[in-house]
Amino acid sequence: MELFDNLALGFGVAFTLQNLMYAFIGCLLGTLIGVLPGIGPLATIAMLLPATYALPPVAALIMLAGIYYGAQYGGSTTAILVNLPGESSSVVTVIDGYQMARQGRAGPALAAAGLGSFFAGCVGTLILAAFAAPLTELAFKFGPAEYFSLMILGLIGAVVLASGSLLKAVAMIVLGLLLGMVGTDVNSGVARFSFDVPELTDGIGFIVIAMGVFGYGEIISNLSKHESERQVFTASVTGLMPTKEDFRNMVPAVLRGTALGSLLGILPGGGAVMAAFAAYTLEKKTKLRPGEVPFGKGNIRGVAAPEAANNAGSQTSFIPLLTLGIPPNAVMALMVGAMTIHNIQPGPQVMTNNPELFWGLIASMWIGNLMLVILNLPLIGIWIKLLSVPYRWLFPSIVLFCAIGVYSTNNNTFDIWMVAIFGVIGYLFIKLGAEPAPLLLGFILGPMMEEYLRRALLLSRGDWSVFVTRPLSASLLAASAVLLAIVLMPSVKAKREEAFVED
Amino acid sequence: MNIKSQRDFFSGLMFMAVGIAFAWGASGYTIGNGARMGPGYFPLVLGVLLALLGAVITFKALVVETIDGERIGSFAWRPLVFIIAANLVFGAALGGLPSIGLPPMGLIVGIFALTFIASNAGEEFNFKEVTILAIILAVLSYAAFILLLNLQFPVWPAFIKA
Repeated sequence: MELFDNLALGFGVAFTLQNLMYAFIGCLLGTLIGVLPGIGPLATIAMLLPATYALPPVAALIMLAGIYYGAQYGGSTTAILVNLPGESSSVVTVIDGYQMARQGRAGPALAAAGLGSFFAGCVGTLILAAFAAPLTELAFKFGPAEYFSLMILGLIGAVVLASGSLLKAVAMIVLGLLLGMVGTDVNSGVARFSFDVPELTDGIGFIVIAMGVFGYGEIISNLSKHESERQVFTASVTGLMPTKEDFRNMVPAVLRGTALGSLLGILPGGGAVMAAFAAYTLEKKTKLRPGEVPFGKGNIRGVAAPEAANNAGSQTSFIPLLTLGIPPNAVMALMVGAMTIHNIQPGPQVMTNNPELFWGLIASMWIGNLMLVILNLPLIGIWIKLLSVPYRWLFPSIVLFCAIGVYSTNNNTFDIWMVAIFGVIGYLFIKLGAEPAPLLLGFILGPMMEEYLRRALLLSRGDWSVFVTRPLSASLLAASAVLLAIVLMPSVKAKREEAFVED
Repeated sequence: MNIKSQRDFFSGLMFMAVGIAFAWGASGYTIGNGARMGPGYFPLVLGVLLALLGAVITFKALVVETIDGERIGSFAWRPLVFIIAANLVFGAALGGLPSIGLPPMGLIVGIFALTFIASNAGEEFNFKEVTILAIILAVLSYAAFILLLNLQFPVWPAFIKA
């Protein structure tokens, strides 16, 4: 079996002392920021990108990936103990998890989240390993027209995921694409929209946008809310072991969550948040067993399923990135940046040109999941302590790390002035109810889209029908149209709004 | 005519303005045609698209009823000003401001300035606490970024080093 050979290669890479260490650092940081509300994997990865310059590419990617899936573990701890989602993907875990904690069952809730996530993580990693090769084969059949259509599908997917108005999400994507146009045009050498500022001819750094909009914008918005009463259930975490009855309820929920999460992770625009929402909705639809606690009152299934789903989704969202080179969500867009820093062009050629990186990363995810279970269950006490750190100490630290991260990308103060501008813009977006995640995705895809569009139309001598006459491209566009039609259907539209109101 | 959704109304206006600005800027570059796109082609299309989207959003904000009027609410000026100012002062400390003759003050001074300014954005400001926080952050940053990661920062004020 080729798969086992590949995995063996991967584990060989992942089990070196250095890579184990970076996987551990990533998982630790991921849990840390997952536990802390108000700072997410997006801002953290953006902050650490410059620091990975010095690392070998495998170690850098292993660490950054660890932050992303580690955050899914940490987020559940805060959701259960503090009634606040530590991560946006834990929003639904709050509903039943906090109720369980109030009934003195915080231990089993944490265990359900941790074990469910671990199982889902293992399955997600296996799916990633199994699907990567066939999808890569497919990717080699892609021409510029297919890539362009695939990006359209990805961007439509991002719109479906965004909360609130569809039109505004589309507008944010277009705005992102436009911001991506700033800088020197690769074909003509014209410096577009750079206002004769030499630094702008290289384009706007996406770290600048990510930090400004997600880092500063979020902090300012968080500070404008009054500090809510936090009630941490530290004393009540005794005995992590769920009962036999708990296990009977949990296992099918974890299985369903894993399946749903893996599927939604692969889809463009999907990822951890969408997976958790969908899994909770599905659990609510399945019948309660006799004597089971209703949902919203501390049902263990309401913790296990979304936590399994968000972890599965965060692993499988690496599939489009690693095989096609198309980031399905904003965090994966940052991973594109990380790969570019190390001169790795994301896409199907990664697997053939850098097999040790490709399989090493996949193997490290399984190891990382194992580390995370240990970090999050036996060592839960440490994270509970951390939750008592007040926000007034945290936010100046976050501002500092953002500023250092931005400066160190180019050792240039120009980026610091830019991040200030984007901080203000980011806060404005929040005030206007315009979600910024699609903007970042558009920003990353903008130059790529233009290039593929150019090439496709150059080959077809300006004939736009090339996008619908090539079967692969046509089916991708058809899929986008179907996706858009589904979201626009009145019944689904109402449901979607309902699902997002819960956060 | 009254605005049914304040947030959508103003975000629509914002999209329109930005779209028009980009389209206008793009028209200054070579446009070309489909087969041979100039540097202005794609941004022009996107700019027009964004302006149209903005127009639709603004129009809907005037027509479609909402429950609470989706008001923007007041701006949190205090955090906005202090967070951004902290960031700017940090930048000035690292790079200096040659235009007004301010020499680079280095990382450590920058960290203290940033921590003190940013802390004003919160609801309470305790001088002793902020000082301790700044010292911890300075020591940790020096250890992590300068010693461990070996990033190139001016650490101390330029005139001390010279």
